[in-house]
Amino acid sequence: MINRMEVSETNEMIEKENLDVRTITMGISLLDCIDSDIEKTCDRIYDKITTSAKDLVKTGEEISGEFGIPIVNKRISVTPIALVGASSAKSESDFVKIAGTLDKAAKETGVNFLGGYSALVSKGMTPADEMLIRSIPEALSSTDFICSSVNLGSTRCGINMDAVRLMGEMVRKTAEMSADQGSLGCAKLVVFCNAPDDNPFMAGAFHGVTEADRIINVGVSGPGVVKYALEKVRGESFEVLCETIKKTAFKVTRVGQLVAKRASEKLGVPFGIVDLSLAPTPAIGDSVADILCEIGLEKAGAPGTTAALALLNDQVKKGGVMASSYVGGLSGAFIPVSEDQGMIDAASCGALTIEKLEAMTCVCSVGLDMIAVPGDTKATTISGIIADEMAIGMVNAKTTAVRIIPVIGKTVGDSVEFGGLLGTAPIMPVNRYSCDAFIGREGRIPAPIHSFKN
Amino acid sequence: MEKVIITVVGKDTVGIIAKTCTYLSNENVNILDISQTIVSGYFNMMMIVDISGSSDPFEKLASGLEELGKEIGVSIKCQREEIFDMMHRI
Repeated sequence: MINRMEVSETNEMIEKENLDVRTITMGISLLDCIDSDIEKTCDRIYDKITTSAKDLVKTGEEISGEFGIPIVNKRISVTPIALVGASSAKSESDFVKIAGTLDKAAKETGVNFLGGYSALVSKGMTPADEMLIRSIPEALSSTDFICSSVNLGSTRCGINMDAVRLMGEMVRKTAEMSADQGSLGCAKLVVFCNAPDDNPFMAGAFHGVTEADRIINVGVSGPGVVKYALEKVRGESFEVLCETIKKTAFKVTRVGQLVAKRASEKLGVPFGIVDLSLAPTPAIGDSVADILCEIGLEKAGAPGTTAALALLNDQVKKGGVMASSYVGGLSGAFIPVSEDQGMIDAASCGALTIEKLEAMTCVCSVGLDMIAVPGDTKATTISGIIADEMAIGMVNAKTTAVRIIPVIGKTVGDSVEFGGLLGTAPIMPVNRYSCDAFIGREGRIPAPIHSFKN
Repeated sequence: MEKVIITVVGKDTVGIIAKTCTYLSNENVNILDISQTIVSGYFNMMMIVDISGSSDPFEKLASGLEELGKEIGVSIKCQREEIFDMMHRI
């Protein structure tokens, strides 16, 4: 039988170490909402989402009460809208209309965010894909809860550089259209290489076309729990360090598995996956950077950071996979700058640069995340940063992403406040040399060779 | 059997166990195990109970106990046993 020590360990994790379930995300397929008429498409989308997810928020709260564990977000992901709107949307404004419908449905169900205003263009763009991409700035500035993502490349197909160039422009335009809110629109926009179909985390969640009609995916959290566990093994060997991370990740993931199964039962929707990611928040003690410091670095970004992060990421996965019957999504340590107090500190004091972050993304999920750069950063420079990150994902057969925010009117030395879980970001310096001629080339980067691994 | 873990934490005073147990008895909740200690004046108790005999659902029992805790001046928390089983048993 359970003993008092075990009960108090669990409850200390929840009460003192910020253990929570970060999100229950319901994936909903909108493929059966496709119609050639835009009004009918919108009506069907609204009906399907509000019917499917009507009990999602209430169920999340009930489960939270039953187990005494906070469930921070309840979210919805939908089929990439470029596919859903392909036969009815004749213009960018038709796509914005669909975004408005999604926003209304999200508000009706009471969720925090709805993801899937997306296009998958790793090899080429259909006219609908391009229209959706061009509508993103308007869609994000005219809605509150919609998140957008675009898959620009994959290990199998290479990188669509025409789409990379276009996304650089769209990121800038999104920033300009939300300039009065610190360019917040860009916090809801992410580009991927090798985007997963079942990611429950925003801004990149969408419901892949290979998924069932509806599915429940859960994202766990717990950087604070890992940090506290490591405090107890200071100075010990790597073996002890790794064992401690694995055991902690196991416990954290088991909670996610329990919540996912329970939500699936209560909602009558199949369980999809648990995402093992260590997702930080701006709260003190809930930081991935603090774990890196506990492993032995003075600041995140110091020499050794990439190795420490690689170790952390791998042990989290090793502990987590045994705890859950199905693991998926992004599953790794997140390193968003604005959402992690330790990262904010490291970036502010100059210990952490974009170049070091880029190196870190080679060994962890997911990419350059929530990075604020000067408002005068050129579109081609943003495209260049995106292309670099896509190349890392393509060659290493992993998911990489870029969520970068050119904060209009701000420069290095300033910071921007997004509020809530999105946190505060210091403006980080960007390499000022041009890549215009590189980005100006048309076409795509071919898929890499899958042999001669060196 | 529907097992629930009740934890009671707070400053020690007369009648914490009596009042909690009376409440559970009135709700027809069966106590399976109790473990209790006092550390520097702070009362700390864990109970494993079976609520399958109670006519009230879990949510109502949990909020009733929370209220009772406020009256006594301690914190009473109810959680289904599965979360502890999942975390501490393979």
